[in-house]
Amino acid sequence: MADFIDAFQTALGLIVTLNHDLVEILLLSLKVSLTAVVIASVLGFAIGGALAVVRFPGRGAVSAILSALMGLPPVVAGLFVYLLLSNAGPLGVLQLLYTPTAMIIAQVVLVTPIIGALTRQACEDLLEEYDEQLRSLGASPTATIVTLLWDGRYRLITAVLAGFGRAIAEVGAVMIVGGNIDHVTRTMTTAIALETSKGNIALALALGLVLLTIAFAVNAALVSVQRLAKRLAYA
Amino acid sequence: MLDPVAKLQGIGGRTVGLPLPIELKRLTFERGGKRVIDGIDLVIDSNRVTVIMGPNGAGKSVLLRLLHGLIAPTAGRIMWAGRPLDPALTRRQAMVFQRPVLLRRSVAANVSHALGLRGIKGPERSQRVAEALRLAGLEEHAATPARVLSGGEQQRLCLARALSLEPNVLFLDEPTSSLDPASALLIERLLLDAQRRGIKVILVTHDVGQAQRLADDVVFLMHGRAIEHQNAESFFTNPLNESTRAYLRGGLVL
Repeated sequence: MADFIDAFQTALGLIVTLNHDLVEILLLSLKVSLTAVVIASVLGFAIGGALAVVRFPGRGAVSAILSALMGLPPVVAGLFVYLLLSNAGPLGVLQLLYTPTAMIIAQVVLVTPIIGALTRQACEDLLEEYDEQLRSLGASPTATIVTLLWDGRYRLITAVLAGFGRAIAEVGAVMIVGGNIDHVTRTMTTAIALETSKGNIALALALGLVLLTIAFAVNAALVSVQRLAKRLAYA
Repeated sequence: MLDPVAKLQGIGGRTVGLPLPIELKRLTFERGGKRVIDGIDLVIDSNRVTVIMGPNGAGKSVLLRLLHGLIAPTAGRIMWAGRPLDPALTRRQAMVFQRPVLLRRSVAANVSHALGLRGIKGPERSQRVAEALRLAGLEEHAATPARVLSGGEQQRLCLARALSLEPNVLFLDEPTSSLDPASALLIERLLLDAQRRGIKVILVTHDVGQAQRLADDVVFLMHGRAIEHQNAESFFTNPLNESTRAYLRGGLVL
Protein backbone atom coordinates (compact mmCIF):
# COMPACT_ATOMS: atom_id res chain seq x y z
CA MET A 1 0.00 0.00 0.00
CA ALA A 2 2.84 2.36 0.88
CA ASP A 3 4.36 1.60 -2.52
CA PHE A 4 1.11 2.51 -4.15
CA ILE A 5 0.80 5.83 -2.31
CA ASP A 6 4.40 6.55 -3.17
CA ALA A 7 3.76 5.83 -6.85
CA PHE A 8 0.65 7.97 -6.77
CA GLN A 9 2.59 10.90 -5.34
CA THR A 10 5.29 10.51 -7.94
CA ALA A 11 2.61 10.36 -10.62
CA LEU A 12 1.04 13.61 -9.45
CA GLY A 13 4.51 15.12 -9.39
CA LEU A 14 5.06 14.11 -13.01
CA ILE A 15 1.82 15.76 -14.01
CA VAL A 16 2.29 18.95 -11.98
CA THR A 17 5.86 19.48 -13.19
CA LEU A 18 4.82 18.73 -16.76
CA ASN A 19 7.36 15.95 -17.06
CA HIS A 20 8.94 16.06 -20.50
CA ASP A 21 8.34 12.39 -21.39
CA LEU A 22 4.77 12.56 -20.19
CA VAL A 23 3.99 15.69 -22.23
CA GLU A 24 5.67 14.25 -25.31
CA ILE A 25 3.58 11.08 -25.06
CA LEU A 26 0.40 13.05 -24.41
CA LEU A 27 0.97 15.34 -27.39
CA LEU A 28 1.65 12.43 -29.74
CA SER A 29 -1.51 10.68 -28.55
CA LEU A 30 -3.58 13.79 -29.12
CA LYS A 31 -1.99 14.43 -32.52
CA VAL A 32 -2.65 10.88 -33.72
CA SER A 33 -6.19 10.59 -32.39
CA LEU A 34 -7.32 14.11 -33.34
CA THR A 35 -5.99 13.72 -36.88
CA ALA A 36 -7.63 10.31 -37.17
CA VAL A 37 -10.95 11.68 -35.91
CA VAL A 38 -10.89 14.63 -38.35
CA ILE A 39 -10.29 12.27 -41.29
CA ALA A 40 -12.82 9.74 -39.98
CA SER A 41 -15.40 12.52 -39.55
CA VAL A 42 -15.12 13.66 -43.15
CA LEU A 43 -15.39 10.04 -44.34
CA GLY A 44 -18.10 9.13 -41.83
CA PHE A 45 -20.30 12.14 -42.60
CA ALA A 46 -20.10 11.46 -46.33
CA ILE A 47 -20.72 7.71 -45.99
CA GLY A 48 -23.44 8.08 -43.36
CA GLY A 49 -25.24 10.88 -45.21
CA ALA A 50 -25.13 9.03 -48.52
CA LEU A 51 -26.36 5.78 -46.94
CA ALA A 52 -29.33 7.61 -45.44
CA VAL A 53 -30.37 9.34 -48.65
CA VAL A 54 -29.23 7.42 -51.74
CA ARG A 55 -31.15 4.25 -52.62
CA PHE A 56 -29.03 1.57 -54.26
CA PRO A 57 -29.00 -2.24 -54.31
CA GLY A 58 -27.20 -3.65 -51.29
CA ARG A 59 -27.78 -0.50 -49.24
CA GLY A 60 -29.17 -2.47 -46.32
CA ALA A 61 -26.20 -4.82 -46.30
CA VAL A 62 -23.71 -1.95 -46.38
CA SER A 63 -25.50 -0.26 -43.47
CA ALA A 64 -25.49 -3.48 -41.49
CA ILE A 65 -21.78 -4.05 -42.10
CA LEU A 66 -20.98 -0.47 -41.13
CA SER A 67 -22.91 -0.87 -37.88
CA ALA A 68 -21.22 -4.18 -37.16
CA LEU A 69 -17.80 -2.59 -37.70
CA MET A 70 -18.54 -0.19 -34.84
CA GLY A 71 -17.54 -3.08 -32.62
CA LEU A 72 -14.37 -3.86 -34.59
CA PRO A 73 -11.72 -5.00 -32.07
CA PRO A 74 -8.78 -2.55 -32.19
CA VAL A 75 -6.27 -5.39 -32.53
CA VAL A 76 -8.09 -6.62 -35.62
CA ALA A 77 -8.05 -3.12 -37.13
CA GLY A 78 -4.34 -2.99 -36.26
CA LEU A 79 -3.69 -6.35 -37.85
CA PHE A 80 -5.54 -5.33 -41.00
CA VAL A 81 -3.56 -2.11 -41.37
CA TYR A 82 -0.34 -3.97 -40.50
CA LEU A 83 -0.91 -6.38 -43.39
CA LEU A 84 -1.67 -3.42 -45.65
CA LEU A 85 1.48 -1.50 -44.70
CA SER A 86 3.99 -4.31 -44.11
CA ASN A 87 6.79 -4.72 -46.64
CA ALA A 88 4.92 -7.56 -48.34
CA GLY A 89 1.62 -5.69 -48.30
CA PRO A 90 0.03 -3.65 -51.08
CA LEU A 91 1.09 -0.34 -49.50
CA GLY A 92 4.48 -1.61 -48.31
CA VAL A 93 6.40 0.66 -50.67
CA LEU A 94 5.22 3.66 -48.67
CA GLN A 95 7.32 2.47 -45.70
CA LEU A 96 4.72 3.72 -43.24
CA LEU A 97 4.79 0.90 -40.72
CA TYR A 98 5.89 2.00 -37.21
CA THR A 99 5.25 5.67 -37.93
CA PRO A 100 2.58 7.99 -36.46
CA THR A 101 0.96 7.98 -39.92
CA ALA A 102 0.40 4.23 -39.63
CA MET A 103 -1.26 4.78 -36.26
CA ILE A 104 -3.51 7.46 -37.75
CA ILE A 105 -4.54 5.11 -40.55
CA ALA A 106 -5.36 2.34 -38.06
CA GLN A 107 -7.46 4.68 -35.95
CA VAL A 108 -9.27 5.99 -39.03
CA VAL A 109 -10.21 2.39 -39.82
CA LEU A 110 -11.41 1.99 -36.26
CA VAL A 111 -13.35 5.25 -35.91
CA THR A 112 -14.89 5.76 -39.37
CA PRO A 113 -17.53 3.04 -38.84
CA ILE A 114 -18.52 4.60 -35.52
CA ILE A 115 -18.98 8.08 -36.94
CA GLY A 116 -20.44 6.71 -40.19
CA ALA A 117 -23.05 4.52 -38.54
CA LEU A 118 -24.10 7.17 -36.03
CA THR A 119 -24.31 9.74 -38.85
CA ARG A 120 -26.45 7.42 -40.94
CA GLN A 121 -28.83 6.89 -38.02
CA ALA A 122 -29.07 10.62 -37.29
CA CYS A 123 -29.70 11.46 -40.95
CA GLU A 124 -32.28 8.69 -41.38
CA ASP A 125 -34.23 9.89 -38.36
CA LEU A 126 -34.25 13.43 -39.74
CA LEU A 127 -35.12 12.31 -43.25
CA GLU A 128 -38.21 10.55 -41.97
CA GLU A 129 -39.44 13.93 -40.82
CA TYR A 130 -38.08 16.08 -43.68
CA ASP A 131 -38.50 13.82 -46.71
CA GLU A 132 -41.74 15.18 -48.17
CA GLN A 133 -40.89 18.77 -47.34
CA LEU A 134 -37.47 18.54 -48.99
CA ARG A 135 -38.88 16.83 -52.05
CA SER A 136 -41.58 19.49 -52.23
CA LEU A 137 -38.84 22.13 -52.17
CA GLY A 138 -37.07 20.29 -54.97
CA ALA A 139 -33.90 19.34 -53.07
CA SER A 140 -31.37 17.24 -55.00
CA PRO A 141 -29.83 14.20 -53.23
CA THR A 142 -26.67 16.21 -52.52
CA ALA A 143 -28.65 19.15 -51.15
CA THR A 144 -30.66 16.71 -49.04
CA ILE A 145 -27.50 15.17 -47.56
CA VAL A 146 -26.05 18.60 -46.79
CA THR A 147 -29.33 19.68 -45.17
CA LEU A 148 -29.51 16.54 -43.03
CA LEU A 149 -25.87 16.79 -41.93
CA TRP A 150 -26.30 20.39 -40.87
CA ASP A 151 -29.59 19.78 -39.11
CA GLY A 152 -28.13 16.74 -37.38
CA ARG A 153 -25.07 18.74 -36.29
CA TYR A 154 -25.60 18.18 -32.57
CA ARG A 155 -25.89 14.44 -33.02
CA LEU A 156 -22.85 14.51 -35.30
CA ILE A 157 -20.83 16.31 -32.63
CA THR A 158 -21.85 13.52 -30.28
CA ALA A 159 -20.71 10.95 -32.83
CA VAL A 160 -17.35 12.69 -33.26
CA LEU A 161 -16.81 12.81 -29.49
CA ALA A 162 -17.68 9.11 -29.23
CA GLY A 163 -15.17 8.42 -31.99
CA PHE A 164 -12.48 10.45 -30.25
CA GLY A 165 -13.16 8.66 -26.97
CA ARG A 166 -12.65 5.36 -28.73
CA ALA A 167 -9.47 6.46 -30.52
CA ILE A 168 -7.69 8.01 -27.57
CA ALA A 169 -8.39 4.99 -25.33
CA GLU A 170 -7.58 2.12 -27.66
CA VAL A 171 -4.27 0.33 -27.37
CA GLY A 172 -4.40 -2.65 -29.73
CA ALA A 173 -4.27 -0.90 -33.08
CA VAL A 174 -1.57 1.67 -32.29
CA MET A 175 0.53 -1.00 -30.59
CA ILE A 176 0.55 -3.26 -33.65
CA VAL A 177 1.17 -0.66 -36.36
CA GLY A 178 3.10 1.86 -34.24
CA GLY A 179 5.31 -0.52 -32.34
CA ASN A 180 5.46 1.63 -29.18
CA ILE A 181 8.85 3.09 -30.14
CA ASP A 182 10.15 5.55 -27.56
CA HIS A 183 9.98 9.19 -28.75
CA VAL A 184 8.44 8.07 -32.06
CA THR A 185 5.25 6.10 -31.70
CA ARG A 186 4.72 5.83 -27.95
CA THR A 187 1.19 6.89 -27.00
CA MET A 188 -0.49 7.09 -23.63
CA THR A 189 -2.10 3.68 -23.89
CA THR A 190 0.93 1.83 -25.20
CA ALA A 191 3.12 3.55 -22.61
CA ILE A 192 0.77 2.56 -19.80
CA ALA A 193 0.88 -1.06 -20.97
CA LEU A 194 4.68 -1.04 -21.20
CA GLU A 195 5.47 0.90 -18.02
CA THR A 196 3.08 -1.26 -15.99
CA SER A 197 4.73 -4.43 -17.19
CA LYS A 198 8.13 -2.91 -16.46
CA GLY A 199 6.98 -2.05 -12.93
CA ASN A 200 7.29 1.72 -13.54
CA ILE A 201 3.92 2.30 -11.94
CA ALA A 202 4.38 6.05 -11.42
CA LEU A 203 4.54 7.01 -15.09
CA ALA A 204 1.76 4.54 -15.92
CA LEU A 205 -0.42 6.04 -13.21
CA ALA A 206 0.31 9.58 -14.32
CA LEU A 207 -0.65 8.75 -17.88
CA GLY A 208 -3.71 6.89 -16.64
CA LEU A 209 -4.83 9.97 -14.72
CA VAL A 210 -4.41 12.16 -17.78
CA LEU A 211 -6.32 9.67 -19.91
CA LEU A 212 -9.10 9.51 -17.35
CA THR A 213 -9.32 13.31 -17.30
CA ILE A 214 -9.64 13.37 -21.08
CA ALA A 215 -12.38 10.74 -20.90
CA PHE A 216 -14.27 12.81 -18.33
CA ALA A 217 -13.85 15.98 -20.39
CA VAL A 218 -15.19 14.24 -23.51
CA ASN A 219 -18.16 13.00 -21.53
CA ALA A 220 -18.86 16.42 -20.07
CA ALA A 221 -18.71 17.90 -23.56
CA LEU A 222 -21.19 15.25 -24.74
CA VAL A 223 -23.66 16.09 -22.01
CA SER A 224 -23.46 19.84 -22.57
CA VAL A 225 -23.86 19.49 -26.34
CA GLN A 226 -26.98 17.39 -25.81
CA ARG A 227 -28.35 19.90 -23.31
CA LEU A 228 -27.76 22.80 -25.68
CA ALA A 229 -29.47 20.94 -28.52
CA LYS A 230 -32.48 20.25 -26.33
CA ARG A 231 -32.72 23.86 -25.19
CA LEU A 232 -32.80 25.10 -28.79
CA ALA A 233 -35.32 22.37 -29.72
CA TYR A 234 -32.72 21.15 -32.21
CA ALA A 235 -32.37 17.69 -30.65
CA MET B 1 -49.62 43.18 -43.88
CA LEU B 2 -49.19 42.90 -47.57
CA ASP B 3 -50.05 45.45 -50.20
CA PRO B 4 -52.66 43.55 -52.18
CA VAL B 5 -51.69 45.23 -55.43
CA ALA B 6 -48.03 44.31 -55.27
CA LYS B 7 -46.76 41.52 -57.50
CA LEU B 8 -50.12 41.04 -59.15
CA GLN B 9 -49.46 38.58 -61.93
CA GLY B 10 -52.58 39.29 -63.94
CA ILE B 11 -55.14 41.95 -64.60
CA GLY B 12 -58.67 42.25 -63.24
CA GLY B 13 -58.61 38.97 -61.34
CA ARG B 14 -57.81 36.93 -64.43
CA THR B 15 -54.30 35.67 -63.95
CA VAL B 16 -51.88 34.87 -66.68
CA GLY B 17 -49.39 32.05 -66.68
CA LEU B 18 -51.29 29.72 -64.36
CA PRO B 19 -51.12 26.12 -65.58
CA LEU B 20 -54.91 25.80 -65.83
CA PRO B 21 -57.08 23.91 -66.28
CA ILE B 22 -55.97 20.99 -64.13
CA GLU B 23 -57.44 17.85 -65.65
CA LEU B 24 -57.56 14.57 -63.78
CA LYS B 25 -58.25 11.61 -66.01
CA ARG B 26 -59.19 8.26 -64.45
CA LEU B 27 -56.70 9.11 -61.72
CA THR B 28 -56.03 6.05 -59.57
CA PHE B 29 -53.70 5.36 -56.71
CA GLU B 30 -53.34 2.04 -54.91
CA ARG B 31 -51.49 1.40 -51.69
CA GLY B 32 -51.17 -2.05 -50.19
CA GLY B 33 -53.78 -3.40 -52.62
CA LYS B 34 -56.29 -0.75 -51.55
CA ARG B 35 -57.59 1.88 -53.96
CA VAL B 36 -57.03 5.11 -52.11
CA ILE B 37 -57.88 7.17 -55.19
CA ASP B 38 -60.41 5.40 -57.36
CA GLY B 39 -60.55 6.70 -60.91
CA ILE B 40 -61.12 10.41 -60.37
CA ASP B 41 -62.22 12.45 -63.39
CA LEU B 42 -62.12 16.12 -62.57
CA VAL B 43 -61.44 19.47 -64.19
CA ILE B 44 -60.33 22.38 -62.01
CA ASP B 45 -60.31 25.64 -63.90
CA SER B 46 -60.86 28.15 -61.11
CA ASN B 47 -57.84 30.39 -60.72
CA ARG B 48 -58.76 31.08 -57.09
CA VAL B 49 -59.10 28.86 -54.04
CA THR B 50 -60.17 25.27 -54.66
CA VAL B 51 -61.13 23.44 -51.46
CA ILE B 52 -61.02 19.67 -51.17
CA MET B 53 -63.31 18.30 -48.48
CA GLY B 54 -64.40 14.88 -47.33
CA PRO B 55 -64.36 12.52 -44.37
CA ASN B 56 -61.16 11.00 -42.96
CA GLY B 57 -59.66 8.41 -45.23
CA ALA B 58 -61.41 9.78 -48.31
CA GLY B 59 -58.04 10.27 -50.00
CA LYS B 60 -57.73 14.06 -49.72
CA SER B 61 -54.09 14.13 -48.64
CA VAL B 62 -53.16 11.50 -51.21
CA LEU B 63 -54.87 13.51 -53.95
CA LEU B 64 -52.88 16.58 -52.94
CA ARG B 65 -49.63 14.61 -53.05
CA LEU B 66 -50.51 13.24 -56.49
CA LEU B 67 -51.18 16.77 -57.74
CA HIS B 68 -47.85 17.96 -56.31
CA GLY B 69 -46.00 14.98 -57.76
CA LEU B 70 -44.78 13.68 -54.40
CA ILE B 71 -46.25 10.31 -55.34
CA ALA B 72 -46.97 8.86 -58.76
CA PRO B 73 -50.42 7.60 -59.75
CA THR B 74 -50.96 3.87 -60.23
CA ALA B 75 -53.08 4.66 -63.28
CA GLY B 76 -54.58 7.66 -65.01
CA ARG B 77 -52.99 11.06 -65.31
CA ILE B 78 -53.02 14.69 -64.39
CA MET B 79 -52.65 17.37 -67.04
CA TRP B 80 -51.74 20.96 -66.26
CA ALA B 81 -52.92 23.21 -69.09
CA GLY B 82 -52.61 20.19 -71.33
CA ARG B 83 -49.14 19.06 -70.23
CA PRO B 84 -48.11 16.44 -67.70
CA LEU B 85 -46.40 17.50 -64.48
CA ASP B 86 -42.70 18.09 -65.19
CA PRO B 87 -39.85 19.53 -63.10
CA ALA B 88 -40.44 23.01 -64.50
CA LEU B 89 -44.05 22.90 -63.30
CA THR B 90 -43.13 21.37 -59.95
CA ARG B 91 -40.72 24.22 -59.35
CA ARG B 92 -43.64 26.61 -59.61
CA GLN B 93 -45.53 24.69 -56.93
CA ALA B 94 -45.22 24.76 -53.15
CA MET B 95 -46.88 22.83 -50.37
CA VAL B 96 -47.71 23.38 -46.71
CA PHE B 97 -48.17 20.20 -44.72
CA GLN B 98 -50.57 19.43 -41.91
CA ARG B 99 -47.79 19.22 -39.36
CA PRO B 100 -45.28 22.04 -39.83
CA VAL B 101 -41.95 20.66 -41.03
CA LEU B 102 -39.25 23.09 -39.93
CA LEU B 103 -35.52 22.69 -40.06
CA ARG B 104 -33.43 22.83 -36.90
CA ARG B 105 -32.33 26.34 -37.72
CA SER B 106 -33.43 29.89 -37.13
CA VAL B 107 -36.69 31.24 -38.52
CA ALA B 108 -34.84 33.26 -41.19
CA ALA B 109 -32.58 30.34 -42.09
CA ASN B 110 -35.62 28.16 -42.79
CA VAL B 111 -36.81 30.55 -45.50
CA SER B 112 -33.29 31.14 -46.75
CA HIS B 113 -32.68 27.39 -47.10
CA ALA B 114 -35.76 26.92 -49.27
CA LEU B 115 -34.75 29.84 -51.50
CA GLY B 116 -31.25 28.41 -51.76
CA LEU B 117 -32.66 25.12 -53.05
CA ARG B 118 -34.32 27.10 -55.85
CA GLY B 119 -30.99 28.70 -56.71
CA ILE B 120 -31.89 32.15 -55.41
CA LYS B 121 -28.80 33.87 -54.07
CA GLY B 122 -27.36 37.10 -52.80
CA PRO B 123 -29.36 40.26 -52.15
CA GLU B 124 -32.51 38.86 -53.73
CA ARG B 125 -32.42 36.00 -51.26
CA SER B 126 -32.10 38.22 -48.20
CA GLN B 127 -34.75 40.55 -49.56
CA ARG B 128 -37.17 37.68 -50.08
CA VAL B 129 -36.44 36.31 -46.60
CA ALA B 130 -37.20 39.69 -45.05
CA GLU B 131 -40.36 40.01 -47.09
CA ALA B 132 -41.57 36.53 -46.12
CA LEU B 133 -41.01 37.18 -42.43
CA ARG B 134 -42.78 40.52 -42.65
CA LEU B 135 -45.69 38.85 -44.42
CA ALA B 136 -45.99 36.28 -41.65
CA GLY B 137 -45.45 38.84 -38.90
CA LEU B 138 -42.35 37.02 -37.73
CA GLU B 139 -39.69 39.72 -38.24
CA GLU B 140 -38.85 39.96 -34.56
CA HIS B 141 -38.35 36.19 -34.46
CA ALA B 142 -35.91 36.08 -37.40
CA ALA B 143 -33.05 34.74 -35.26
CA THR B 144 -35.20 32.49 -33.04
CA PRO B 145 -34.80 28.74 -33.43
CA ALA B 146 -37.79 27.84 -35.62
CA ARG B 147 -38.84 24.90 -33.52
CA VAL B 148 -39.41 26.89 -30.35
CA LEU B 149 -42.14 28.98 -32.06
CA SER B 150 -45.76 28.31 -31.12
CA GLY B 151 -47.80 25.99 -33.34
CA GLY B 152 -49.52 28.89 -35.06
CA GLU B 153 -46.25 30.72 -35.68
CA GLN B 154 -44.64 27.56 -37.02
CA GLN B 155 -47.42 27.04 -39.53
CA ARG B 156 -47.27 30.72 -40.51
CA LEU B 157 -43.55 30.31 -41.11
CA CYS B 158 -44.22 27.25 -43.28
CA LEU B 159 -46.69 29.27 -45.31
CA ALA B 160 -44.32 32.24 -45.55
CA ARG B 161 -41.55 29.90 -46.70
CA ALA B 162 -43.82 28.45 -49.38
CA LEU B 163 -44.88 31.94 -50.53
CA SER B 164 -41.28 33.17 -50.64
CA LEU B 165 -40.74 30.73 -53.50
CA GLU B 166 -43.34 32.74 -55.45
CA PRO B 167 -45.19 29.64 -56.62
CA ASN B 168 -48.10 29.85 -58.98
CA VAL B 169 -49.80 26.86 -57.35
CA LEU B 170 -49.91 26.42 -53.58
CA PHE B 171 -51.12 23.21 -51.91
CA LEU B 172 -52.15 23.11 -48.28
CA ASP B 173 -53.02 19.94 -46.38
CA GLU B 174 -55.25 20.87 -43.43
CA PRO B 175 -52.87 23.67 -42.42
CA THR B 176 -55.01 24.92 -39.54
CA SER B 177 -56.34 21.63 -38.14
CA SER B 178 -54.36 21.91 -34.91
CA LEU B 179 -54.41 25.70 -34.53
CA ASP B 180 -56.56 27.96 -32.38
CA PRO B 181 -59.14 30.11 -34.24
CA ALA B 182 -57.03 33.28 -34.13
CA SER B 183 -53.99 31.52 -35.63
CA ALA B 184 -56.22 29.89 -38.22
CA LEU B 185 -57.61 33.29 -39.22
CA LEU B 186 -54.09 34.66 -39.71
CA ILE B 187 -53.34 31.77 -42.06
CA GLU B 188 -56.58 32.40 -43.92
CA ARG B 189 -55.67 36.07 -44.37
CA LEU B 190 -52.31 35.10 -45.82
CA LEU B 191 -54.06 32.68 -48.16
CA LEU B 192 -56.45 35.33 -49.42
CA ASP B 193 -53.50 37.68 -49.93
CA ALA B 194 -51.75 34.97 -51.91
CA GLN B 195 -54.80 34.28 -54.01
CA ARG B 196 -55.17 38.01 -54.76
CA ARG B 197 -51.58 38.01 -55.95
CA GLY B 198 -52.54 35.43 -58.51
CA ILE B 199 -51.53 32.22 -56.78
CA LYS B 200 -53.77 29.24 -57.41
CA VAL B 201 -54.55 27.73 -53.99
CA ILE B 202 -55.65 24.13 -53.46
CA LEU B 203 -56.62 23.56 -49.86
CA VAL B 204 -57.67 20.44 -47.98
CA THR B 205 -59.75 21.27 -44.94
CA HIS B 206 -62.27 19.76 -42.55
CA ASP B 207 -63.39 23.14 -41.37
CA VAL B 208 -66.69 23.99 -43.10
CA GLY B 209 -66.52 27.62 -41.98
CA GLN B 210 -63.03 27.98 -43.40
CA ALA B 211 -64.13 26.40 -46.67
CA GLN B 212 -67.01 28.87 -46.88
CA ARG B 213 -64.70 31.81 -46.20
CA LEU B 214 -62.09 30.81 -48.77
CA ALA B 215 -63.47 28.54 -51.45
CA ASP B 216 -64.18 29.47 -55.00
CA ASP B 217 -65.05 25.89 -55.80
CA VAL B 218 -65.28 22.74 -53.68
CA VAL B 219 -64.43 19.13 -54.49
CA PHE B 220 -66.02 16.57 -52.18
CA LEU B 221 -64.17 13.28 -51.91
CA MET B 222 -65.47 10.00 -50.53
CA HIS B 223 -63.86 6.58 -50.71
CA GLY B 224 -61.31 7.90 -53.19
CA ARG B 225 -63.95 9.28 -55.56
CA ALA B 226 -64.85 12.87 -56.31
CA ILE B 227 -68.58 12.65 -55.72
CA GLU B 228 -69.24 16.35 -56.07
CA HIS B 229 -67.54 19.38 -57.61
CA GLN B 230 -69.39 22.70 -57.61
CA ASN B 231 -68.74 26.36 -57.19
CA ALA B 232 -68.70 27.23 -53.51
CA GLU B 233 -72.04 28.99 -53.39
CA SER B 234 -73.99 26.09 -54.87
CA PHE B 235 -71.97 23.57 -52.90
CA PHE B 236 -72.91 25.08 -49.55
CA THR B 237 -76.47 26.15 -50.34
CA ASN B 238 -77.54 23.28 -52.53
CA PRO B 239 -75.28 20.24 -52.32
CA LEU B 240 -76.33 17.68 -54.88
CA ASN B 241 -75.18 14.55 -53.11
CA GLU B 242 -76.83 13.01 -50.06
CA SER B 243 -73.43 12.25 -48.43
CA THR B 244 -72.32 15.83 -48.96
CA ARG B 245 -75.49 17.11 -47.33
CA ALA B 246 -74.97 14.81 -44.37
CA TYR B 247 -71.32 15.88 -44.06
CA LEU B 248 -72.19 19.57 -44.14
CA ARG B 249 -74.90 19.05 -41.53
CA GLY B 250 -72.21 17.57 -39.35
CA GLY B 251 -73.73 14.14 -39.58
CA LEU B 252 -72.05 10.80 -40.00
CA VAL B 253 -70.91 9.94 -43.48
CA LEU B 254 -70.26 6.28 -44.13
